[in-house]
Amino acid sequence: MLTNFKRILKFAGNDFSRNRGNNAAAIFVLVIPILLATSLFLFQGLSQSVISQIQSKMDVTAFFKEDVAEEDILAVRDELLRVSSEVKSIQYVSKEKALQDFIDRHKDNPDFMQALAEVGVNPFLASLNILTDQPHQYEKVSAFLESGPFSELIEKVDYSQKKDTIEKFSNISSSINKFGFILGGVLFLIAILVVFNTIKLSIDNSKDEITAMRLVGASNWFIRGPFIIQGMICGFIAFLICLIVSGVAAYFLSPKIEILAPGFSIFSYFISNLGIIALIQIGFGVGLGVLAGFILVRSYLKV
Amino acid sequence: MIKFQNVTKTYPPDTTVLNNVSFEIKLGEFVSIVGKSGAGKTTLIRLLLGLEKPTSGQILFKETNILHKKRSQLQELRQKIGVIYQDYKLLGHKTVYENIAYVMAVKGEKDEKIKKEVANILEITGLSAKADNFPNELSGGEQQRLAVARAIVNQPDVIVADEPTGNLDPYNTYEVISLLNKFHETGKTVIFASHNKEIINKLGKRVITLEEGKVIRDDKKGRFIL
Repeated sequence: MLTNFKRILKFAGNDFSRNRGNNAAAIFVLVIPILLATSLFLFQGLSQSVISQIQSKMDVTAFFKEDVAEEDILAVRDELLRVSSEVKSIQYVSKEKALQDFIDRHKDNPDFMQALAEVGVNPFLASLNILTDQPHQYEKVSAFLESGPFSELIEKVDYSQKKDTIEKFSNISSSINKFGFILGGVLFLIAILVVFNTIKLSIDNSKDEITAMRLVGASNWFIRGPFIIQGMICGFIAFLICLIVSGVAAYFLSPKIEILAPGFSIFSYFISNLGIIALIQIGFGVGLGVLAGFILVRSYLKV
Repeated sequence: MIKFQNVTKTYPPDTTVLNNVSFEIKLGEFVSIVGKSGAGKTTLIRLLLGLEKPTSGQILFKETNILHKKRSQLQELRQKIGVIYQDYKLLGHKTVYENIAYVMAVKGEKDEKIKKEVANILEITGLSAKADNFPNELSGGEQQRLAVARAIVNQPDVIVADEPTGNLDPYNTYEVISLLNKFHETGKTVIFASHNKEIINKLGKRVITLEEGKVIRDDKKGRFIL
């Protein structure tokens, strides 16, 4: 068994070095689906970052009535955090803090400042700014605040004003995900067909040789083994190429992408996910190489 | 050792290549199978190797019916039969040495034995100097000698040669026949399919004559009569 395995390895090594042209073509086409899978992974990271940036700017604000005490508002906050798993965070903004924020924001605008002076008192209400994990969860949280046990304390829930924006964004983000998934799937399928076709052409070259091996009594594994190991070697080389290419591309594209998506460095994302990216690349490269070798040699083993 | 019992092979829709063929070949015999092109010689060999199944009849190799063998058992059978083809069927990406060593590796022989036996067979077939060459770097005669070397290196019970001299000049033809004779002298069986009248007559061994898929003659010391 071990002797056979050693021999299969040796045959694979010899065949690999003697079929450089065909193997170079196989490596080249294997690079395509691996790079595609890597790009989809990086694009997903980018879109997630953009989505969470936009999401972080969305919230539901519950404004409390004038006479509600701070401890009651904080009790509502704690209760919300306790009962709702969808709530990511809640920020309490007191009347004073709301006023201060307004002044800070508009201190250079005399119209606003004059209007505030004319009112004479603090016109702002204490509020809770609520963030959820997903945009579609805002509606549920809003309904809970408006009709739940705290509705008496609440003056208004600022959701309906943001409702359209939130729903539009939610639809866009789900469409982008669906479209990306379908497009990625189609491109990936095409890439796999190209890989199989190229490896088929390479194995077709050895068709007579495979027949001759069958005629001298070689077992299926003795014939198939070297092709599978060659597929593995091609896949591994394709993985190394892709790792370097995608790393270099991420490094040089990072500043340009940061202009489009501020705060997202694709190179940092690449480095922090290097393990997963390497796993995807090696999985696709070696997996496809082995699978193609396995399936395509099979058709010539029926003698 | 080998028995064909009422073997018929018909290709769809109704082309009968072998028609009720029966004969027996004993261990140590040198049998020539002769006939015009299309007489059924190659089909007969393909049936013996289990590359095709007969439409009816039985084929026995050492009392075992080939038809009942599974694919893996057929591979074991093929290891016991050395085959030489007119078009050589060599392993193009392997050197002369590796072509011969491959059939021994298939059989699971040890590396030391492979090294020794391959060197020996290269010497016998006069290919020692070409050991590191690839088949496409050899002449036709050398390629056929390599095919003979590959067929006999495992010391099989029987060698089947299907028109092995078809592409060779007289000198190389003589070389191949002489190698087959040497193998036969060690007590092994040789089945030699050919339509070369001169060679068959010179051999003076048993001749089975096929015509239109039927055995029309089976002579102990036969001649090519058609």
